[in-house]
Amino acid sequence: MIAFTDVCVEKNGVAILNGITVHLRERRVGIIGRNGSGKSTFARLFNGIETPTRGTVTLDAVRERGALRRHVGFVFQNPDNQIVYPIVSEDLAFGLKNLKLSASETQARIEEVLERFDLVHLRDRFTHRLSGGEKQMIALAGVLVMRPQMIVLDEPTTLLDLWNKRKFMAAIDGLDQHVVVVSHDLELLAHFDRVLHIEDGTIVADGDAASVVAGYVASSRC
Amino acid sequence: MLSDLYVFADSPLHRARPIVKIASLVVLCSSLFIVEGWASVAVAGILVFAGFALAGLAPRHAFVSLRPAFWILAAIFAVQVYLTDVVFAGFVVARFVVLILAAALVTLTTKTSEFVDGILSALRFAPSWVPKARIALAISLCLRFIPLVRTVLGEVREAQRARGLDRNFKAVLVPLVVRILKTADEVSQAIYSRSFD
Repeated sequence: MIAFTDVCVEKNGVAILNGITVHLRERRVGIIGRNGSGKSTFARLFNGIETPTRGTVTLDAVRERGALRRHVGFVFQNPDNQIVYPIVSEDLAFGLKNLKLSASETQARIEEVLERFDLVHLRDRFTHRLSGGEKQMIALAGVLVMRPQMIVLDEPTTLLDLWNKRKFMAAIDGLDQHVVVVSHDLELLAHFDRVLHIEDGTIVADGDAASVVAGYVASSRC
Repeated sequence: MLSDLYVFADSPLHRARPIVKIASLVVLCSSLFIVEGWASVAVAGILVFAGFALAGLAPRHAFVSLRPAFWILAAIFAVQVYLTDVVFAGFVVARFVVLILAAALVTLTTKTSEFVDGILSALRFAPSWVPKARIALAISLCLRFIPLVRTVLGEVREAQRARGLDRNFKAVLVPLVVRILKTADEVSQAIYSRSFD
């Protein structure tokens, strides 16, 4: 379970998040809200990319930032900004080297994740030559290969076409980990266990996907 | 293209330790300036072409490595002709060609991760205050983001062309720099989130 207790984030004197307190146990959690509502900042708190100005983020008693990022993987909207190495296999090895795993363990994990998502043919490809859908899958694989307990995805399908979006979400649906998805795409969150609606740095609605999404749609009418 | 920084093969050069290749490159390049004259350029040139052959690289790879430097080499040649004579200008350009090809031989046969490991290995005796891992990562990021910066430049130029501003240097430079800085910010977050200390 991940617990946010009275979490505030302030940047340059502007409050981005205001005293958020929420406990998340569900396997699939969605986060929705308007642009600038604070949902991406909230998502970045999960693995310590963002630090609260006040309050605490605790994952099963783990509170330290370095430990949080080992337990929580993060997939960014634009995979180009997440892929660090020019060759796919090298990029997948990056996180594992940071975890100080042995060469054999690193290789085994890379092969496993490539096979699991049918990406073996991309192993020796240049990352900048991949299609958008392939890049997003490699970005996801780069996180999964580290075997995190939870995965947070910040608008992961925004740059994908319909076919790649469905393929990507099928991969997400098949994950054993707890998954948190920030998205404007309400269709993606339709079958999620729980959805949070964030506005002006606070959670204004929290519940099952159907009711929260319906409320969000109603509040968005011009 | 600069983006094709590695050619997959299983040659003795591909298998050689990166630190050996980097050290050989340093020695070769230094020798070219210490031992002046056509003979040193010829010997170095033969060694580099032998290296290309040994690595199973095609003449296309040599051409592609030299192409980005073509206009710079032409400018150097013109300036040297103006300042000295055609023979010396040819010598200077030939020396640069050998230097570029020697460097290309290393990058075409060394994966970025091996390069980074080689640099880390070279830095292992450096004092503890030297940020070895950060230096190695910075070098790998430079290589990784050359194609990305080129893509961003292409997108910005296209967008400004649509507004009739593609010849306006500032209109291209400002959005390019802003996007690169935003990208750098997110890349640093991504690296952090993948447990890099």
